[in-house]
Amino acid sequence: MTLVHYLVLSGILFSIGAVTVLVRRNALVAFMGVELMLNAANLMLVTFARMHGDLHGQVIAFFVMVVAAAEVVIGLAIIVSIHRTRGSASLDDANLLKN
Amino acid sequence: MQDTPLTNLAWLLIAIPLASAAVLLVGGRRTNAWGHWLGVVAAAAAALLGIGILIEMLGLPEAERIHDLHLFSWIPAGDLSVDAGLLVDPLSMTFVLLITFVGALIHVYSVAYMEHDENRRRFFAYLNLFVAAMLVLVLADSYALLFVGWEGVGLASYLLIGFWNQRTEYAVAAKKAFVMNRVGDMGMLIAMMLMFASIGAVDFETVFAAAEGTNEGILTATGLMLVLAACGKSAQFPLQAWLGDAMAGPTPVSALIHAATMVTAGVYLIVRSAPVFEGAPTAQLVAAIIGAITLLFGAIVGCAKDDIKKTLAASTMSQIGYMVLAAGLGPIGYAFAIFHLVTHGFFKAGMFLGAGSVMHGMGDEVNMRRFGALRRSMQITWITFGAGWLAILGIPPFSGFWSKDKIIEAAFVGEGWQPWVFGPIALLGAGITAFYMSRLFFMTFHGKARWKESEDSANESDKDLPVQHPHESPLLMTVPMIVLAVGSVALGGLLAIGDTFTHWLEPVTGHVEHHDPVIAIPVLIGATIAIVLAGAFIAWRQYAASAVPVTPPEGSVLTRAARVDLYQDAVNEAVFATPGARVTEVLTEADTTVVDGAARGLGSGAVGLGTWWGRLQTGFVRSYASIMVVGVVLAVVVVLATRV
Amino acid sequence: MTSILVDLPWLSLLVAVPLLAAVVIWLVPGLQKLARPLGLAVSLLVLAGAIAMVPGFDAGGGYQFTETYSWIPAIGASWAVGINGLGLVMILLAVALVPIVIAAAWNEVRLPEAAGSGETGSGEPDTKALDRRRAGYVALVLALEAMMVAIFAVRDLFSFYVVFEAMLVPVYFMIGVFGGPNRRPAALKFLLYSLAGGLVMLSGVIYLLVQTGGGEQALLLDNLAGALEGNYTAQLWVFLSFLIAFAIKAPMVPVHTWLPDAAAEAPPGTSALLVGVLDKVGTFGMIAICLPLFPEAVANVAPYLVVLAIISIIYGGILAIGQKDVMRLIAFTSVSHFGLIVLGIFIGTQTAMVGSMIYMVAHGVSTAALFLVAGFLTQRGGSAQMSSYSGMQRVVPVLAGVFLISGLATLALPGLSGFVPEYLVLLGSFEASPAAGVFAVIGVVLSALYILLAYQRVFTGPVDPDRSDLPDLGGRERWTMVPLVLAMLVLGFFPAPVLDVLTPAADQFAAILGSAS
Repeated sequence: MTLVHYLVLSGILFSIGAVTVLVRRNALVAFMGVELMLNAANLMLVTFARMHGDLHGQVIAFFVMVVAAAEVVIGLAIIVSIHRTRGSASLDDANLLKN
Repeated sequence: MQDTPLTNLAWLLIAIPLASAAVLLVGGRRTNAWGHWLGVVAAAAAALLGIGILIEMLGLPEAERIHDLHLFSWIPAGDLSVDAGLLVDPLSMTFVLLITFVGALIHVYSVAYMEHDENRRRFFAYLNLFVAAMLVLVLADSYALLFVGWEGVGLASYLLIGFWNQRTEYAVAAKKAFVMNRVGDMGMLIAMMLMFASIGAVDFETVFAAAEGTNEGILTATGLMLVLAACGKSAQFPLQAWLGDAMAGPTPVSALIHAATMVTAGVYLIVRSAPVFEGAPTAQLVAAIIGAITLLFGAIVGCAKDDIKKTLAASTMSQIGYMVLAAGLGPIGYAFAIFHLVTHGFFKAGMFLGAGSVMHGMGDEVNMRRFGALRRSMQITWITFGAGWLAILGIPPFSGFWSKDKIIEAAFVGEGWQPWVFGPIALLGAGITAFYMSRLFFMTFHGKARWKESEDSANESDKDLPVQHPHESPLLMTVPMIVLAVGSVALGGLLAIGDTFTHWLEPVTGHVEHHDPVIAIPVLIGATIAIVLAGAFIAWRQYAASAVPVTPPEGSVLTRAARVDLYQDAVNEAVFATPGARVTEVLTEADTTVVDGAARGLGSGAVGLGTWWGRLQTGFVRSYASIMVVGVVLAVVVVLATRV
Repeated sequence: MTSILVDLPWLSLLVAVPLLAAVVIWLVPGLQKLARPLGLAVSLLVLAGAIAMVPGFDAGGGYQFTETYSWIPAIGASWAVGINGLGLVMILLAVALVPIVIAAAWNEVRLPEAAGSGETGSGEPDTKALDRRRAGYVALVLALEAMMVAIFAVRDLFSFYVVFEAMLVPVYFMIGVFGGPNRRPAALKFLLYSLAGGLVMLSGVIYLLVQTGGGEQALLLDNLAGALEGNYTAQLWVFLSFLIAFAIKAPMVPVHTWLPDAAAEAPPGTSALLVGVLDKVGTFGMIAICLPLFPEAVANVAPYLVVLAIISIIYGGILAIGQKDVMRLIAFTSVSHFGLIVLGIFIGTQTAMVGSMIYMVAHGVSTAALFLVAGFLTQRGGSAQMSSYSGMQRVVPVLAGVFLISGLATLALPGLSGFVPEYLVLLGSFEASPAAGVFAVIGVVLSALYILLAYQRVFTGPVDPDRSDLPDLGGRERWTMVPLVLAMLVLGFFPAPVLDVLTPAADQFAAILGSAS
């Protein structure tokens, strides 16, 4: 039953990530929050895979890692380009999504 | 069964005028030069063929005088199957002869009367169309085909009333006539629905054969609906309001359609439907009551009108009231209703043509207060009109005496309250008729002239009078008037001798034993003549012996009411037209605001929702993220809550 | 002779030929100058082809000229055509109206700039643009013709749905490109209403597909009949989904408001086809699809539809009286008449069913004539408002005469096309429900009022000096009206051939409803 602890840990990590995204203005820090959430999800996937004794969860965790890596590349590129054009990495300065 | 070559050609009666109308309408201006003569020839040819068929029929024994000619299968629709066929029997032949003979005379008259109208050809096309439709009406062997003629004459009437439709009020009168007729036609349609639902057919043969075994309630409903139809077509109360306005049509039209033939179609319908009414005494009684009301209504209105044509129209309404009353009395009245219809066709058409002749000579003036003393300048018109006048009064031995007197007698036959109501009304109507017809006659032809020959009149009192040059009409107009006058004088007597006419109709109306009225016949005849003479005498004192004011006096309450047709238009206006217009207005408004508005509201609602929803799109990543979190939390709560 | 006809894929040809011609006229630039004569020739060819089917048709023989090809087996869709009496008559009506519409619009299609400003432009490029525009119109009409033939011929539900929706495309452009000043909103309204109905219907089609489990020819109408037997709730819902689409198409109150707008803005020929033929798809669908597929649901819902139909009759009639625009007036008369058709379909007697079927033809003829002749008038006078005219009968007597005849056919004057159908519907309705018959008969008086009021306002009264020199119908216009007037007379006096074809079909459909209730 120790595996439950991993789930609790995953929940805590996810909450920390979510709060980070919501609270911090700096895009880079928010981005780290996103990574934290992704890894919380990964931890949970692996935990359940272990719990049920099948490999599907672990396979999906790998997929998530690959996707996260790709996402980091694109995300960082966007942040860098915004920083270049605006001189700031604050999320509240950019509302381009509206358009 | 003898060979009947002419009867088998009865369809030509309809085809000839119809073809002529088609030629005139399709040919257009190219036929202007000879079109009116084609119209005359078509009507005359139909009349000749009609006479031929009559002679052939007279040569047959009574039992073989009913022919049903099958033409073609018209509506083969499975459960309902209607064939087009013609019923040639004494009743329909009576009408055929009346229509084609009087029709042909009026065609001849119109050649001269409409001479200066640039659309004379079209006029003749419509007249021919009318004759064809009217013949369909009377020759049809089923209610469905009768309805074709029924609405066909309505159409012809519409076209002819509105012939001078460049005047808006004439066009309105035409529309009014058609629409009021349509109200009656609803009755006809419902009657046919009842027949189809209960009997499964609408042809005369099947319906009449089955009528005896049909439930009285259904027969009564059918009969009442037929009476409604008759009211529309024959301008009977309460659908009488269109007839006066219909005088907007040229006078020959008033003579043919709105006096002699079309308006009597209601009487034909009731008499033809005798087997239905046989089983529906209530419907019969209603017909008699409507006839009685209308005969008084028309007579009262006739007393107050100054327009010569409208007086004649009121008189027509009243005389048809007599016929409907007679038809409502049942088998004892049928033959007399038709008899009066025929004699009335002659004398009323004659008088209308006379009125037309007067208008022709007086520059289209119709106000009788502008006439007077025309007997000297228009002698033929005076004499022929006089024949019609004596006939409608019912002075022996003129035609009207033989027919109207029989109706009055029949009205006094019966048990209970009915003879004591219908009889005196019929008698009273005769007196009023005598008064207003004499009034018309004296105001027009007798008394002092209320016009002058030339401007420089010596007499100071003539100063305000209009200048007129009354003159007798051309031969083409007077000859038909003379022929009709001869009919007004002699036809009734000829047909009444030895009850010829009643016997002639017996194959259709059946033989009826003589019934004694509740008052002895000689007394009745004496009373009728006395009351008629009294009416005529009052009219003579008031309108021939003393001067007639040019401007109408204010008159009593009744006179003022009668001048506006006893407020018939005001009532129709208040009960139907105004609320109808209001409903139309409201619904038209509601259709755009409410019905279409709902649809448009749906559209703008969707747009509005989108706009409102769109405000959530701030563009700030963190607000999206927080919404997402809230959503996730909500979803989790829901999932957990439903699991419990 | 007969065997050749039956062996050819006759109906598919009638669909393919005009469609192909439309594409060719639209795409080949050299042909655009000849678009009008070419279009007329093609439509006449199609008419001849349709008439050639008649001798080989056996009225009592059910669906004939059938063809079935597999199309998308996975979802049970196939291209299947075949006609019974009703389909034949509707196809004949459609293909007969198309050449008339093309001929009537011979010179009416103008460049948008030139529209209303009188004479056409003079320059070279103008003529070219004009030719292109005219070719576009003819191509759309031909494309529409193909779809009209298809919709009355298909016997597969999926194909029916596809054609049902595809028909919107040519009509949308015919209104939205060639219409009057407010054409765009009107076209959009038409499209949205029809799409909304179509989508609801699609849900029904999908449900049926799921229910039957797909497979080869699963959506063939013959195979669907009885598919929902016993499952009353499903029947009811699927029926309602179809009914909404059909009620919008055959505009019934309260989903009728798109029609007056569309009819007022569309070119007269388009209105003639739209109301004369296309809207009949609604009533056609009620008969040919709803009755066989959902008999129990129809039988149970029928009383409500009868009430709705009667409301349509009276409401449409009153609204027609209240209109000031002649095109809108004609549109509302159609709402009233569609009420009578729907009444005849759902009242449940054989007589009324025959009446409704022949009504669809008769109404097509008389309404098309009314729209076209009113179009001739508005083209001349430059206004569709009735108050702009007065005494036109003296100015344009032939036009007035044709209007009156068409109007009289519309108000069901005996002897003209409108009477026999109305008579049958009324008698048949009364047989089943006296109250329905009596209420419906009120429409008779209303129809006299709206037609004669319109005639009175436009054609009688003193001649308006401003419009006293308008030309009467010319040769081409007269010849386009002649077949319509003749059709009205023939349907009035000798409807027997048409009735003979329709009666077996009506027997069959009325029996479905009869045995279900």
